[in-house]
This record gives sequence, C-alpha cells and structure tokens, in this order.
Amino acid sequence: MSEFEPKIVAFVCNWCTYAGADLTGTSRIKYAPNVRMIRLPCTGRIDFMLLLKAFDQGADGIIVSGCHPGDCHYTAGNFHARRRWIIFRSALEFLGIDTRRVHFAWVSAAEGAKWAEFVNSVTDEIKKLGPYETYKKAVGAGIE
Amino acid sequence: MEELRKKARELLETGAVKVVIGYGKGSGQNARAVFVRKAEYADKLICDESCVQNLAVYLTKPEVKALGKPAIVAKLPVLRTILQLAAENQIAEGDLVVLGVSPDGKIIDLQNFKAIEDYVAQFPFELTPEQKAEIEKIGKMSLEERWQYWQEQFGRCLKCYACRAACPLCYCSRCLVECNQPQWVPAAPHAIGNLEWHIVRAMHLAGRCTNCGDCERACPVGIQLSLLNLKLAEEVLKNFKTRAGASSKAEYALGNWKEEDKENFIK
Repeated sequence: MSEFEPKIVAFVCNWCTYAGADLTGTSRIKYAPNVRMIRLPCTGRIDFMLLLKAFDQGADGIIVSGCHPGDCHYTAGNFHARRRWIIFRSALEFLGIDTRRVHFAWVSAAEGAKWAEFVNSVTDEIKKLGPYETYKKAVGAGIE
Repeated sequence: MEELRKKARELLETGAVKVVIGYGKGSGQNARAVFVRKAEYADKLICDESCVQNLAVYLTKPEVKALGKPAIVAKLPVLRTILQLAAENQIAEGDLVVLGVSPDGKIIDLQNFKAIEDYVAQFPFELTPEQKAEIEKIGKMSLEERWQYWQEQFGRCLKCYACRAACPLCYCSRCLVECNQPQWVPAAPHAIGNLEWHIVRAMHLAGRCTNCGDCERACPVGIQLSLLNLKLAEEVLKNFKTRAGASSKAEYALGNWKEEDKENFIK
C-alpha cells in the first residue's frame, strides 16, 4: 500500500504568505505537494467557518498564514485574526477537535524558505497522525 | 411584588412608558413574560424565584419596539445583558426604564447605565462550583473522549434554534444559518451541521455572551450549551482581560486587539 498523502488546505493572505510562497517557487525550493493554497485578501478575512468547511470537504490538516504582526497591508487585520484564532482554537480543543491538525504561522513575502520548511513540517506531522477519520466519519454519518 | 406593581402602574398612568415587560403567572410552576400596556393590568406582574427568563431578549424585537417605550423588570442577569446591548449600540440611554430587582426582591432605583454599572459591579460574575467542575472534567478528558462527549450532546440537537431565539444577544435579523447561497450550515439535524451550528453560535457570542443561561433553559433536549459559552467567556477573560456585561461602553473583545496579545501556537 502506498504511503498516506494528507490533504492540507492553506488559507493565506494575498500580501505576505501568498507572495512568500511565490518566492519559494521562484527560488526553486522543493516542498511537499500536499498543500492546496487558498488566497484571501487578509487573515482578518478568514472566517473560522472556512476552516470547518475545509475539514467538512475532507481536509486532513489546515494551515492559516499571513503577515507578521505589524506588517499587515490593512494595518491591523492580522491582529484581529490573532484574537479570533486564540478563542477559536480553545473552542476546538474544548469540543474535541484535533488542534494538532490546525496550524498557524506568520510568513512574510521574503520568507520563501520558511514557508517550505513550515509546510514540510506540517505535512510530516499530519502524515504521522494519519487521515482525520473521526471527522470524516461524522461528515458521512446519516447522509443517504 | 406590590412595590413593583405600584411602580408599573405609575409609569403607565403617567405615560412615561407604553409597555412594562415583566413576568406573569405561566402554566404550572413557571413564570412567563407579560407585556403590560394598561395600568389596570399591572396586577398581573409577579416577581419571585420562578422568574428566570432573560427579558432583555424582547428589547431588540421589532414587534416589541413597535409598542413604544418599554420599562423592563430586570434581575442581575438582565441588567448585565442591558449593559452589553448598550455597548453594542442596540439600546441607548433613555430608550427604556429599568425596574431593577435585587436578589431579595426589592426594587432598586437605576436611573441610567452608570447606575446599572455600579450596581452590577457589586456582584462580580463567577462560575458556580458545578460549572467549574464540569468544565474541568471536560478539560481533563482525552481528545477522543471530549469529541464523544460533545457528539453525544450535539447528537440530540433538533436544529430548532430555540437557543438562538432565547438569546438576547442573537439579534441579527439575518442569521448565518439562514444563508443558503451557498448553504453554510446544513439545515438538517446532522452530526456535522449540528457541530458547525454550535461552534458558530458559540463563536459569535464569544466576548458578548453575558452567561444568563437562557439558551440552555430553552433547549428542549438539554444540551449543556452554557458550558461552551462559559468556557469561551473564561478564555476571553484570561486572554483579553474583559468580560461582557460589565459596562455600557465596553469594546467587543474580538472586534478589538492589542499589540501585546499573547498566543503560543503561531509559528
């Protein structure tokens, strides 16, 4: 049997992480192909529902990444996001959702190497955890 | 009780208010909300320990607003909610007359939001020992056990949205669950739809919920909704040092930020 290849959805901001990932590519740095990137204007725009929907659609892991604090294109979007994720993450933990599958990072447009490294480490971790069966089972439950 | 009726009669006779929102006798042991619009009906008002509903839920309803300026019978949880609604610009000073009721049933004179703030400040919000124990118990469970615990709880959910209807802070005229292009939260009572609904509800109330517990009382299948609300309120307090329902000028914790906000999970 071939090795488990996790599906990872990355929600990234247009201004920092997306550009950073571009730099990873143009720098010819190879990294795990398991990640599907979704570009949004700002981390402040990332509704927590999008993360739930990613799990709903079969993601095994999720990445959220944007500009470093103080670097936001819209001044404070990432500060708002940070507060939201602090609360959201504790809600997930309290409800028994595996927070080892939800990763957050600040990756700037200059950090192509950091992006590659981060994606690789997340992919490795989720490979170890295996597919997110608990959630998938709940998604499939009771649907005819 | 007589004091309350007298006060309500006065307010209605002088035309200071058009409606008194209070408690009346319901079926069985329960009290229900009554809307007294004529002075001669002021005797319908009761006030005892059976009066637990958070009447502030009616302050934002268009059909109640249409009745005219209200007076509201308000015990401590209602007072907290009034402050939070004021902080969210849903009610303004002078929009309503607050008939505060102390824990021993006395009428307290609360002329303005400042007076409510001062009164509420005497009773700092604290979790009951049972709530603390329950939250701790869940915290100590393994990931799998916690998931099972909540799946069992949410598995009972009928998606009746009574929790939303009872909540004085769920006043959006168009709720996310009614958004169906695309359908955000599945309408049918189904494991993931239920989970998503309860996460959405808790998240949209985090930093706003005044923990009156009406959602849980309204739930026909006894889901421990207030545990989740309390947990998030505690997290907001721990991380951002604010608690909803303490001030009429409080800023919404999640609509705000500080440069020094701390977390330990962002790489």
